[in-house]
Amino acid sequence: MTQEYRKEKKYGMVIDLDRCTGCGACMVACMAENNVPFRDNETDKLKSITWMRIYQLTNGKSYPNEEICYLPRPCMHCEGHNGHSPCVTVCPAVATDYDRETGIVSQIPTRCFGCRYCMAACPYHARYFNWWDPVWPEGMEKSLSPNVSPRMRGVVEKCSFCFHRYQLAYEKAASEDRRELRENEYQTSCTQACPAGAITFGDLINKNHAVYKIKKDPRAFRLLERLKTNPKIYYLSSREWVRRAGDNYHPEEETGKIKSHQ
Amino acid sequence: MDSAFIPEGVKRCPFPQFLAGLGLAGVVLAWGIFAMLLCWLKGLNQTNMNDSYGFALWIWADLAVIALGGGAFFSGFLKYIVGKDELKNIINFAVLIGFICYSSALLILAIDIGQPLRGWFIFWHANVHSMLTEVAFCLSCYFGVLTIEYIPLILENRQIDKIPFFHNLSHNMHEVMAVFAATGAFLSFFHQGSLGGIAGVLFGRPFAYREGLLVWPWTFFLFTWSAAAYGPCFTIFLIKLLEKITGKKLVKDNVIDLLAKISGWMIFTYIFAKIIDTWYWAVVTVQSKGQTLMDFYDDNMFYGLWILVAEIVVGGIFPALILLTKKGRNSASLLWAAVILACLGVCINRWVMVLQVMAIPVLPFEDWALYYPSWQEIATTILPVAYGVILVMISYRYLPIFPQEKELNPIESH
Repeated sequence: MTQEYRKEKKYGMVIDLDRCTGCGACMVACMAENNVPFRDNETDKLKSITWMRIYQLTNGKSYPNEEICYLPRPCMHCEGHNGHSPCVTVCPAVATDYDRETGIVSQIPTRCFGCRYCMAACPYHARYFNWWDPVWPEGMEKSLSPNVSPRMRGVVEKCSFCFHRYQLAYEKAASEDRRELRENEYQTSCTQACPAGAITFGDLINKNHAVYKIKKDPRAFRLLERLKTNPKIYYLSSREWVRRAGDNYHPEEETGKIKSHQ
Repeated sequence: MDSAFIPEGVKRCPFPQFLAGLGLAGVVLAWGIFAMLLCWLKGLNQTNMNDSYGFALWIWADLAVIALGGGAFFSGFLKYIVGKDELKNIINFAVLIGFICYSSALLILAIDIGQPLRGWFIFWHANVHSMLTEVAFCLSCYFGVLTIEYIPLILENRQIDKIPFFHNLSHNMHEVMAVFAATGAFLSFFHQGSLGGIAGVLFGRPFAYREGLLVWPWTFFLFTWSAAAYGPCFTIFLIKLLEKITGKKLVKDNVIDLLAKISGWMIFTYIFAKIIDTWYWAVVTVQSKGQTLMDFYDDNMFYGLWILVAEIVVGGIFPALILLTKKGRNSASLLWAAVILACLGVCINRWVMVLQVMAIPVLPFEDWALYYPSWQEIATTILPVAYGVILVMISYRYLPIFPQEKELNPIESH
């Protein structure tokens, strides 16, 4: 029935790595927007929750030929083949779902019972487990976002493409008797926070959205495309070694020639 | 003191000695229960698992005990369905071991989940596409079957058997046991398989991913096959261990020989299939993902190529060849070697399919993630062993687990 009212969308991002400075504003904005918990001591990064994580890539050469690239990595919101994302199909309790209306892979913390199978299935390490109950510094509870429920100990969480923003935007549009959102009405917090304008967000299949055109840039690539995860995050880089770092290649293979779902 | 409960015609150690043994195992059990309570009350932060190692020691232990406990369903299948009647002398013990292994597996799963009170969601909100859902349903049902198979054994206790109702109940349950054995074999096929499927369906993890038949990856079939092949070796290993501890022969050689021979053929055929699977995965599947076999073995001290050799050659081909020859089966030391190597082989396979999968980086710019378990994880993994020891001790003392014991160990009258 929803098809009658709203067109199918595939929200996604294009992240221009040539522009990204690795400042971390996207990470901070994401944590503040989504009430992502943190602890006094965050030195063990394998237990830190970072829905948006910035990787530092190097070309493996030594100074003066060394080059650095910063790669922000949110959840890829994989479509897989026909909505069969790696994590969604494995969840035994339907605590995560591929929303065919928006193309967003949801996570339902109140349904999750913490088996962590989805984490094992995700090759991007985009899923995080709440090893502890969230504890906010005194007074900080007052600054938490009222639109996102904090998660409890023992459940998995991940980037939702700020889904609450979609809901708010859609409610507003509905109140104005509109069925469709304008491009700028729904933007993720990381997109808006990026000072370099490296992140572009929108509907990947809507010809009027910027991402529709940018993803066709010859510099574009996606992470681990050949696994057929069909991610909705596109990256742009003019540097071949960066594009090559996005997937596993045999020495004789060239980038940009992998067949995968589009 | 408890002689009235001990089966007639067999000899058991003095009661204080038995109590001392129970106490020793009880201390280990208490240690495990303490760790388990810590995990339940304080959460999984008590473990050394992390976001790279969502699956760790427990899941390996879970898969390993289920594979080793496979002797129960396969022995039942051989006795009741194929008609290998000699195995009636071993089936009680196989059922007991199966019961211990499967109850342990369920307990481990209950500790492993982040929100134990929501464990029932897996049944209530079941995702039929998830291999884990299939595991949960089949595992629980099969545990029910094992309980039904174990009950008549309890009812055969000398004192309980005196009560006519329980005597008749036990008799009637034995009469219909073939139905439960068949049900158990059917359920086991699916849960052993779906445990294999858990790794095999991970198309985001090239080390684990396998193509397959319809919705089932090849690991589905390999796990079932390996449990049927290696499970009986664990049953034989424990019988031999019990014979060493008690200083008594408990099962006739022809029975062990038959089970060992069947196990040998099963391991031989399994390992043949496993080699083909590994070869196809290495030259086709992995290559199509832009990787090579050595990407999964080369760059790490722990996960070297040795682990593949240990699993397939040392833990597969060696025991198969020993068990296939009459000389190997008849030699006590070779039989010991074969069953120990076989148990190690299947445990390595389960280790690799859980922990190595987590260790290997998929993104080219990530590193290997290694992990070591916390004491709470080790204690809760040892907990089922202590529980198993206690249940075997009690069952061996008070129940006629080994029907041939009386004949093999006649009590001299003075």
